Amino acid sequence: MSLIDNINKAFDHRIRLGIMSILMVNDHADFKMLKELLGATDGNLASHTKALEKEEYIKVEKQFIGRKPNTRYSATKLGKLQFKKHIEALEKLIGK
Amino acid sequence: MNPNKYLEDITEIKKMMNRSSRFISLSGLSGVLAGIYALIGAYFAKKTLVEHSAMDAAAYSQRNSMPLQDNLTLNLAFIASCVVIAAMLTGIILSIRKAKKSDESIWNKVSRRLVFHFFMPLFAGGIFCIALIQNGSSGLVASATLLFYGLACVNASKYTLGDVKYMGLAFIILSLVSTQFLGYGLYFWALGFGLFHIIYGGLMYFKYERS
Repeated sequence: MSLIDNINKAFDHRIRLGIMSILMVNDHADFKMLKELLGATDGNLASHTKALEKEEYIKVEKQFIGRKPNTRYSATKLGKLQFKKHIEALEKLIGK
Repeated sequence: MNPNKYLEDITEIKKMMNRSSRFISLSGLSGVLAGIYALIGAYFAKKTLVEHSAMDAAAYSQRNSMPLQDNLTLNLAFIASCVVIAAMLTGIILSIRKAKKSDESIWNKVSRRLVFHFFMPLFAGGIFCIALIQNGSSGLVASATLLFYGLACVNASKYTLGDVKYMGLAFIILSLVSTQFLGYGLYFWALGFGLFHIIYGGLMYFKYERS
């Protein structure tokens, strides 16, 4: 198995990489927080979270805080595992 | 894909992990200034104490049983408040400036978490110190303030530059030593809040800001 096999295509984008990084060190983050940290537009961020959700790497919870709708994201076990593998693969590729 | 892209990815991951969990705009310079304010405050506090001839450490044991004279307490409280307010304002202003430079928002989930975890032990400590004074153990107040401040720094270090932890540990050790030298509280205060802040702030300034 070559190292490249561990490079996960689902993380091959700056925004997705950012979303996963944030969710690795925070239990959860809401849409606004992700947007601020990543400097992405609503539409852009939404499409990337959808892609990660489809892979079941992140979990999406919609709830209301008072009357305001709030979307909260967290990384799934699978997502954390895959992301760790991805980081390890990146580190090995650089280390060569 | 080229290797540079991998390196960029790793850098991005680290940046996002830090940015989303730690408030890194804490200014080192404000630590130095806070230390200087503390030393100025200690100078005035000592002057006030000398004027009330309450500085003789040998007479400490007799003094401990008596409540502090009211206007002396008030004067000291005034000096302490000035130092705290000046230090906090400087810290806030310099951190806002630093956050603007690095394009980080100042009041977000991360900084709120930092403020909460820093002030929780401090509030508990403040109330505990009031209880000490109420019960006539005012001699331990200096040690208690140093101890709770140290604990607050250790507690907050998870949410900002990790180096704050080492300053917190230094404060904790200093406070425990000071419990054996009652009556010299002001000197321990000057050493901790003055000197430790200046050293820490200076180190942080050279490590993270001077570029």
